[in-house]
Amino acid sequence: MSPLLDVHELSASYGRAQVLFDISLQVQPGEVVALIGRNGAGKTTTLKAIMGLVSARADRLTFKGQSIVGRPTYGIARLGLGYVPEDRRIFTDLTVAENLEVGRQAQRGGRSPWDLTRLFALFPNLAEMRGRRGGHMSGGEQQMLAIARTLMGNPEAILLDEPSEGIAPVIVQTMAQAVRAMKAEGVAVLLSEQNWAFAAAIADRTCVIERGSVRFQGTTADFLKDEALRTETLGV
Amino acid sequence: MSLLSVQALSKAFGGVVAARNVSFQVERGEMLALIGPNGAGKSTVFNMIGGQLRPDGGSVSLNDKAITLASPGERFRLGIGRTFQVAQAFQSMTVGENVQMALISRSGENHSAWTPARDRHRAEARDLLELVGMHEAFERPCSELAYGDVKRVELAVALAGDPRLLLMDEPTAGMALRERAALMELTHSIATSRGIGVLFTEHDMDVVFGHASRILVLLRGEIIATGTPAEVRGNARVRQAYLGDLPLTAAAP
Amino acid sequence: MDLSFVAIQALSGLASASSLFITACGLTLVFGVTRIVNFAHGSLYMVGAFTAATLVPWLLEFSFGPVSFWAGILLSAMIVGLLGVVIEVLLLRRIYGAPELFQLLATFGVVLVLQDLVVQVFGPQDILGPRAPGLRAPVEILGRRFPSYELVLIAAGPVVLGAVWWLLRRTRFGILVRAATQDRDMVAALGVNQALLFTGTLFLGAFLAGLGGALQIPRVAANTGMDLSIIAECFVVTVVGGMGSVPGAFLAALIIGQLQAFGILIFPKSTLIVVFLLMALVLAVRPSGFFGRPEILASGHAVGIVSRRPTPYGRMLAAIVLACLAALPLLGDAYLLKVATEILVFALFAFSLQLLIGVGGLVSFGHAAFFGLGAYGSALAVRWLGAPMEAALPAGLVLSGLGAALIGAFVVRLSGIYLAMMTLAAAQILYAVAFQWVEVTGGDNGIVGIWPSAWAAPRDAYYWLTLILTAATVFVLTRVIDSPFGYTLRAARDSESRAEAIGIAVRQQRWLAFVLAGAAAGIAGSLYAFSRGSVDPSLLGIPTSVDALTMLLLGGIQTIAGPLVGSAVLHTMRDQVMPVTALWRLVLGSSIIAMVLIFPRGLVGTIRYWREDRA
Repeated sequence: MSPLLDVHELSASYGRAQVLFDISLQVQPGEVVALIGRNGAGKTTTLKAIMGLVSARADRLTFKGQSIVGRPTYGIARLGLGYVPEDRRIFTDLTVAENLEVGRQAQRGGRSPWDLTRLFALFPNLAEMRGRRGGHMSGGEQQMLAIARTLMGNPEAILLDEPSEGIAPVIVQTMAQAVRAMKAEGVAVLLSEQNWAFAAAIADRTCVIERGSVRFQGTTADFLKDEALRTETLGV
Repeated sequence: MSLLSVQALSKAFGGVVAARNVSFQVERGEMLALIGPNGAGKSTVFNMIGGQLRPDGGSVSLNDKAITLASPGERFRLGIGRTFQVAQAFQSMTVGENVQMALISRSGENHSAWTPARDRHRAEARDLLELVGMHEAFERPCSELAYGDVKRVELAVALAGDPRLLLMDEPTAGMALRERAALMELTHSIATSRGIGVLFTEHDMDVVFGHASRILVLLRGEIIATGTPAEVRGNARVRQAYLGDLPLTAAAP
Repeated sequence: MDLSFVAIQALSGLASASSLFITACGLTLVFGVTRIVNFAHGSLYMVGAFTAATLVPWLLEFSFGPVSFWAGILLSAMIVGLLGVVIEVLLLRRIYGAPELFQLLATFGVVLVLQDLVVQVFGPQDILGPRAPGLRAPVEILGRRFPSYELVLIAAGPVVLGAVWWLLRRTRFGILVRAATQDRDMVAALGVNQALLFTGTLFLGAFLAGLGGALQIPRVAANTGMDLSIIAECFVVTVVGGMGSVPGAFLAALIIGQLQAFGILIFPKSTLIVVFLLMALVLAVRPSGFFGRPEILASGHAVGIVSRRPTPYGRMLAAIVLACLAALPLLGDAYLLKVATEILVFALFAFSLQLLIGVGGLVSFGHAAFFGLGAYGSALAVRWLGAPMEAALPAGLVLSGLGAALIGAFVVRLSGIYLAMMTLAAAQILYAVAFQWVEVTGGDNGIVGIWPSAWAAPRDAYYWLTLILTAATVFVLTRVIDSPFGYTLRAARDSESRAEAIGIAVRQQRWLAFVLAGAAAGIAGSLYAFSRGSVDPSLLGIPTSVDALTMLLLGGIQTIAGPLVGSAVLHTMRDQVMPVTALWRLVLGSSIIAMVLIFPRGLVGTIRYWREDRA
């Protein structure tokens, strides 16, 4: 089976400082992959580079077999690759319903499309506040809205940047359920995390990034067994 | 007499209550952590103490002197130093000049317009930078520093005002794990040796439970718990509303 | 004043409010999405008026009737909309991320280009359009005659407001526009082609500008001065209403329409002043206008001077240049000295602006105010007090310093684009005073006979005087930039909240910077007045402010020597190019645009960048 997302030797720089060095990783259809590493290791930049939000070079960067190097961000999104940024970036002036409208894209593939009914079933909180402005929501609610907004585009894979950052630990569990629900729907997820325990609870495979390079790639179970690696790369 | 006394602070933004009846004290030499989910009102409370926001009600006093309506500049002169969530060094200046700038301001030389700024207070700036381990970068432009180093420079700048109270808004955000512990240990040793009270907000529960002497939990603008790290960790309401099932977070030992 | 008269005045106030709103609405929409204050919006309005005044009579030839008239108006607006698309594709989309100073300058470059192009296409004469068929007879209101066309205009404003509201709230395009107003990158990450969205917004904005202009043809002859007068009013409307707010623009336009209608009864000549005073007042109370929001300043936008170690090499270079300049009269002829004197004057003018922009990060778009105050201060002292040059020069300094103190007091409360607009407004108020207060200032003709004292009258003597004063002022300002005071300005520019947190009284320091920069610009203005022998309102105009900005940008905003080099290059270029072409504005405008696009570091900045890159 060919990978859904295939990243091979991806490098990126900010100005003259290179921050990513030959990152290679793959995401299979319907799979959850965790990208973990410390703050500043290059997780966010990796996701942004895939999404075309920072300029990057790659030996090969394909989604559904099509090269996405140099493609504009909106074109990548339209291929079916969703993106939920670290700081969520809800449109605070728009209502919940309007936020979701911005994310709406035509259905693709054979799967049944996401619509308000299905999303509200997944995130019941949002249904109650569909007329509320994004700015008047808590951090956890905004995170759910950000995910729902991306799902409106009927993506086949989602890049999820630090879903547990800055929200109450109790909401983190709801986040974990949401990721499992997406997986159950056949949506592949590549998430970046600092919170390895959270990642371990939901990821099929784990990829550890350190100083802009891939340090480890394998099943989450293997990662959990390797305590020396964990201590060394994460300090935990 | 407490170093900082906050009484019944309240603030609302267009009908949304960001802080309701918040009261607490900070003592000399203690590290008080203010925690809570995003949007709980941590920044609001912080900015009312720092003078960036004016409260709708309540009072703030430092060493029994009311400072509720004082400007950030007046608070600086009265002994409040602060660092920001996103490190806000003066990007166009060198590391040394950042600290020199604070020393110039403390010495009331802001209107001096003839002798060059870069020749003033060099020795003292160097000493402060040595304290945070950044003296070797004295002549380097701040824009070239790694983020963690900018945070250290910020700490030196805050210390240049010889503060009694240090406000640190997410001091370790954006830093690597080992750097986090080092910065907090440094802050702790400076606070104890100089008798400075430290009030900080933080998302990293390792930092909070590892370095705070006392913790204040804020939820929807209200304080729902205060106590030592052990007390807060054991508090049922805090677990239910914020910390949740601890093993899922990296805060677990 | 009887009731019917008041009613008629109020109605005509409503009619001008409508026209103003339609145009300003486009400006505020474009700003909301692109974050660019499009200086060329007034030029689009002008193009709309010229196009309609040409197109509508032609259509009426074919078939006389209301259908032809209104179709012509709409068609003209469409054509202008397409012109907006061209501007977006060729220019704006390349500068969305640039600092606002560069954006303002680049769009002002478009203003210059379009001024020359309009003359080339439509000719230099004013064109009065036909009256609207079916609306030629006046109606009677409370016993007075009132043009029926004005009633249509009164209705047009609310109709446009309703249509825009519907578009923004009820259509997907509108929701996307509002989302993009907040966060363009996120909209793209959700699969929206933002380039199309922006182009669409520009079409809409330019269409509204064109519509505003086209609707004027039965009332006002299309003329080449329309662009700057309407853009000034549009700025006021959008700023007072809150940048990006459509309802705010509507409310502001209503108030300004009435102010103009009734203000003309109280101060017959001062409608412009009343309008700008309103803006000053509103911004003093609400720094973001009625419905605007405080701007979130992107930290990447602070451009300016950074710390550098002084090198003996730099001082030596300065000494050599100064020596060469001092020796110039021994070599050059009278004409060369005249040009050199003017270059020195402009170098000082641009350098004083560098203190505000490069050091303080305060994008002043009305620096001509202080240059002009200096010039007028001297000229008025000579004209009305009979003062000799020795007394008149300090008089200019005092007047510009006082003016800067007054204007600065309003301005330092603001930031970003509001600050730029406020300084522009202040300069326009002074321009209006100089233009309209004929008894004192001589109005359009200005004041003549401002000559230096006998000892300074020879070209070489006046050149030396200018050199000494310029060099001394530049030296003082350089010291100031390196002093603690200059550092506090830079600190506030780099991070305002951090600067306040270490006890810097940011507003006070900025106010002092305004006084200092204003006084220095005043010296330049006074010197200029005596070198030309006359003053006129153009010294206070927008083009003069833009000259200083262009010199600064050309030389390089991150460097101390930048404005000095920039003024030398620009002035020499102007001196060489202007005599050989009638299209000077086209050349200047294109050069400004090219500079912003290709050369944003400026000459000195680029040279330094190359040197450091190699090192």
